[in-house]
Amino acid sequence: MDIPRGKVTAIMGPSGTGKTTLLKLIGGQLQPDSGDIYVDGQHVNALNNKALYQLRMRMGMLFQSGALLTDLTVFDNVAFPLREHTKLSESMIRKLVLLKLEAVGLRGARDLMPSELSGGMARRVALARAIALDPMMIMYDEPFTGQDPISMGVLVQLIRKLNDAARISSLMVSHDVAETMQIADWVYVISEGKVVESGSPEQLRSQGGEWTQQFIKGLPDGPVPFHFPADDLANDLGACL
Amino acid sequence: MITRVLAQLGSVGVSALSSIGRAHLLILNMLAGLNDIIRRPRLLIDQLYSVGVLTILIIAVAGLFVGMVLGLQGYYILSRFGGETALGLMVAASLVRELGPVLTALLFAGRAGSALTAEIGLMKATEQLSGLEMMAVDPKHRVLSPRFFAGLISVPLLAAMFSCLGIFGGWLVGGGMLGVDQAAFWNGMQGGIDFSDDLVNGFIKSVVFGFVCTWIAIYQGYDCIPTSEGVSRATTRTVVHSSLAVLGLDFVLTALMFG
Repeated sequence: MDIPRGKVTAIMGPSGTGKTTLLKLIGGQLQPDSGDIYVDGQHVNALNNKALYQLRMRMGMLFQSGALLTDLTVFDNVAFPLREHTKLSESMIRKLVLLKLEAVGLRGARDLMPSELSGGMARRVALARAIALDPMMIMYDEPFTGQDPISMGVLVQLIRKLNDAARISSLMVSHDVAETMQIADWVYVISEGKVVESGSPEQLRSQGGEWTQQFIKGLPDGPVPFHFPADDLANDLGACL
Repeated sequence: MITRVLAQLGSVGVSALSSIGRAHLLILNMLAGLNDIIRRPRLLIDQLYSVGVLTILIIAVAGLFVGMVLGLQGYYILSRFGGETALGLMVAASLVRELGPVLTALLFAGRAGSALTAEIGLMKATEQLSGLEMMAVDPKHRVLSPRFFAGLISVPLLAAMFSCLGIFGGWLVGGGMLGVDQAAFWNGMQGGIDFSDDLVNGFIKSVVFGFVCTWIAIYQGYDCIPTSEGVSRATTRTVVHSSLAVLGLDFVLTALMFG
């Protein structure tokens, strides 16, 4: 699997198929049983702790829950990576944080605590924090799950705009077909830990295989059967009687 | 049948050993985090407040009442032999040697230890610890280490406070209510309590208990299953394991110190 620079690459597949695990492998939070992972030429699963942390400074990650630090305000959450990894003055950090918050439309929410934010706002703050250090790539873990249509639209637009404006490589894991296909340049469809198909959204829509078509169109029956494997119904009922 | 029982025993043994291994790796990582704390003492100060200062009330109230009960019980027993003048010594020795460190550690495990486990467990469940890792910040150094050192520092101070208030409570009852001679109460204490045998040994106990209780609390939070049930079970384990560890270690330490 190759993730091109400067593009929005989506990894789609049903729940429990290993999408989040893949992001954790790329971020070095998990070690693969086999295979190799390279990010910007660096062999992630062979890096020592120090080198891995250096690499992570150039990666951003948006977690499904936002993963904001609950004891810090919105402002302090976005300032956190800057305070940890740079020696910038507080006045410079303030300017940078306000610019990042402005980019996600939440400059006015800087004094709120994470508990006061809606789910969509929390993800936007997490996005501002993820881009605080101007990373070369951002990984999005199910960015649209549980969002109302407006928040979803905002996130879709933000991900695309940030990718294009900052020339970031975006890797997005999702099973929200419509939103993902709308902004992705390239899509990998995976199932049970394996790549089933890949291509541009248009290619997958028009030439995708049976499994991909079922997934994209949300068909209840197909290669992924509606029924969980079981004995014949008549036999089962007979056994009960 | 026998094979299955053996397999289950083996599985429990492997799981217990691997848990002990993880706990030891964690403590090494937390001790290595001391550098970060020296660079940024604010991290420790914040935790000293939430782990130590917020536990003062329960320690103060418990210490006072334990001392008052000791004064009452001690008076009734000692007065049978005409030895009520030794009440001060009895109250102080009981508190400094045993009750101060042990009860403080038990109360600390119930108040601060459970809170530490729940907080860290919830941070894990809400991906805050993973988020820190992905921001290239080691949560063991940034989050766990300050909490560990705060617990280590707080417990001996809280134990000292418990003993002081307990002695005060004993004096209130003995000297104030029951009419024990005040000079005898304080002189007996002054003459009978030895600095190295009593105070230093009591201090060593409270340091050991602080180390163990905080270690258990942090490990249970960090190692818990990140669900509401997992955090709840980890919190219960913290209180149970800490209490048993304190009581068991108290016997061992007492045997070594006074045996």
